[in-house]
Amino acid sequence: MNDALPKWADIALIPLLNLTLALIVSGLVVLFIGEDPFEVLSLLVEGAVGSADGWSYTLYYATNFIFTGLGVAVAFHARLFNIGGEGQAMLGGLGVALALLYVPWPHWSLALLAAVAGAALFGAAWAAIPAWLQARRGSHIVITTIMFNFIASALMVYLLSRVLLVPGAGGSPETARFAAEANLPGIGDLYALLGWGCVERPIASVCRAPLNIAFLLALLASVGVWALLWRTRLGYEIRAFGHSEPAALYAGISPTRIIMMAMLISGGLCGLMAINAVMGEAERLVIDPVQGAGFVGIAVALMGRSHPIGICLAALLFGMLYQGGGYVEFDIPAISREMILVIQALVILFTGALDNMVRVPMEALFLTRRRPEPALPLTATRSDGDPKDRQVEP
Amino acid sequence: MDLLDVIQILDSTLRLATPLLFACLAGLFSERAGIVDIGLEGKMLASAFLSAAAASYTGNVWLGCLAGIGASLLLAAIHGVASITFRGNQLISGVAINFLASGLTVVVGEAWFGLGGRTPQLMGAGRFQEIDLPFAQEIRDVPLLGPIYADLLSGHSALVYIGLLCVPLTWWILYRTRFGLRLRAVGENPAAVDTAGVSVAGLRYAAVMICGVLTGLAGAYLATALSAGFVKEMSAGRGFIALAALIFAKWRPWYALGATLLFGLLEALGNRFQTIQVFDVTVPTQFMQALPYILTVVILAGFVGRAIPPRAGGEPYVKER
Repeated sequence: MNDALPKWADIALIPLLNLTLALIVSGLVVLFIGEDPFEVLSLLVEGAVGSADGWSYTLYYATNFIFTGLGVAVAFHARLFNIGGEGQAMLGGLGVALALLYVPWPHWSLALLAAVAGAALFGAAWAAIPAWLQARRGSHIVITTIMFNFIASALMVYLLSRVLLVPGAGGSPETARFAAEANLPGIGDLYALLGWGCVERPIASVCRAPLNIAFLLALLASVGVWALLWRTRLGYEIRAFGHSEPAALYAGISPTRIIMMAMLISGGLCGLMAINAVMGEAERLVIDPVQGAGFVGIAVALMGRSHPIGICLAALLFGMLYQGGGYVEFDIPAISREMILVIQALVILFTGALDNMVRVPMEALFLTRRRPEPALPLTATRSDGDPKDRQVEP
Repeated sequence: MDLLDVIQILDSTLRLATPLLFACLAGLFSERAGIVDIGLEGKMLASAFLSAAAASYTGNVWLGCLAGIGASLLLAAIHGVASITFRGNQLISGVAINFLASGLTVVVGEAWFGLGGRTPQLMGAGRFQEIDLPFAQEIRDVPLLGPIYADLLSGHSALVYIGLLCVPLTWWILYRTRFGLRLRAVGENPAAVDTAGVSVAGLRYAAVMICGVLTGLAGAYLATALSAGFVKEMSAGRGFIALAALIFAKWRPWYALGATLLFGLLEALGNRFQTIQVFDVTVPTQFMQALPYILTVVILAGFVGRAIPPRAGGEPYVKER
């Protein structure tokens, strides 16, 4: 079955066709609510990548999605469906806040190390309970991780409004600002360092853009995940387990250990998203720092075929959709931000669930195109041929 | 706490359990036929939106209810095509349907009504009215039985009674009809059903569509009976709680009623007692709100006995391997 498609078609053509289908249906939705899809698309592209300002926001969003996409992908490799990225990232935010609020870090690099540890630890801890329940009690991880999203958001409301609240924060539950020493260097600092000026714009300006050093951390994490999955024993075991549980069991791989490890890594990666959103952007813990990035991670992992390179590209695409979507909403208020959710859902649907709809006809197409080639007498070994033809077989 | 309090809590238990019951029975049909449905939540949400929109447009709640069922059926059809015809991953399809519903309801709602994703407040015939059962007023004064009949059982909307009737109906269909036998068989051993010359895909589509009708009723109940209009994300995880209740009920109709009533009771208690004092410690509101979700996890953890799902659940059927 897998030989029917050339490799390039499997990893590039099919995802592109799926994406095109998702965008066409999204265009129909835009048409349905009475707007011009082409105008929306051109505004979206202009807002996302039409300027340095747009790029800096796009890459900021992409950073979030790389982390959550990698998280979901690691779980996918063990054939686990982690929908709890949202809750794990919220808890990651809590870890960042606790690491930064109570220790006066002298320099941002030390603060970053502490925050990375806090975010990964808290994210992993929030994934640990559903993972253990899946491994030992057989509870459906999809439902438990969703429940943990709800529990996480109740917990965060409680902590922020009762425990970590600063008096006089203007009514909205949030923690105190982190110390100025703990602020991560952002794109604005880079511009200042290089002596480039930036233009003040109404919606997005590169000097105030939230893009920060966490972007490099995300790229580093991608390399790390690649090395983990394809260059370590644990990664091999995770993939083997995901490929066939009985075979992994027969090879002496402990399912409990793999489920726990895959989910802890997955939760930790989702938690790391908070480095970008909480430490890099908000510089304090607010009520919902994740903003749906945990769910976008699912679409990103599916589109990126659970491979770090694919994930980075898909995250970039969704970063464009997020930034461009905000830009479109500014010009055409009828297109609300939830339009992104629709596109995201369609991408998941077409790349994840309706994959065979595109794949089967494509396989048939490639097979018929390949057929004339072996017409040479010595290689005519088609299985559906006449029995007499088979005498030529070596 | 006196009798009146208890009756009030049980009364709201019944109200809050109804959408869960519809969704749970919906999941029961689907999963018994071997199609895992994570998308109950999304179908419920889509139905809630369209039923409220249609009810506010036409002023007739029954037309609204039909529109809601239509929306839910459409999403059910997508799930069917993805998981039966194209043999896709049923979990992923369900997740996509959930996101699709939560995005589309707000995008379309904003475009139609411009109220930040809400629909206009429903009034009069746009909502399901409370029905007084016969003789409710006459026997109200009978001690104990009177208030139970008049205040607890009587005075609910039509959908509550329809929901309760669906329980024996589901039992009868599953265990007393040929269709039900085949439906259960296709969730356990589709190859056997296929060998007997019955269409696996046909049965599974039928189950998915029944599931669509029931989640449609659940959503319509949420928007036009429990509240008066659609609010963004109003299903609030009920679809997932219904799935947990289904596991708790071990995929059996009468137990589903019990399980959903339990979750309804929990939600009713959470609404009534915003804060509780336990040994001088005040339990925070947020904990009470999270209680149904926590209980869902506890139940899934299997501390209530072993639940064995239908054997072919989640697996696409391939005729020849």
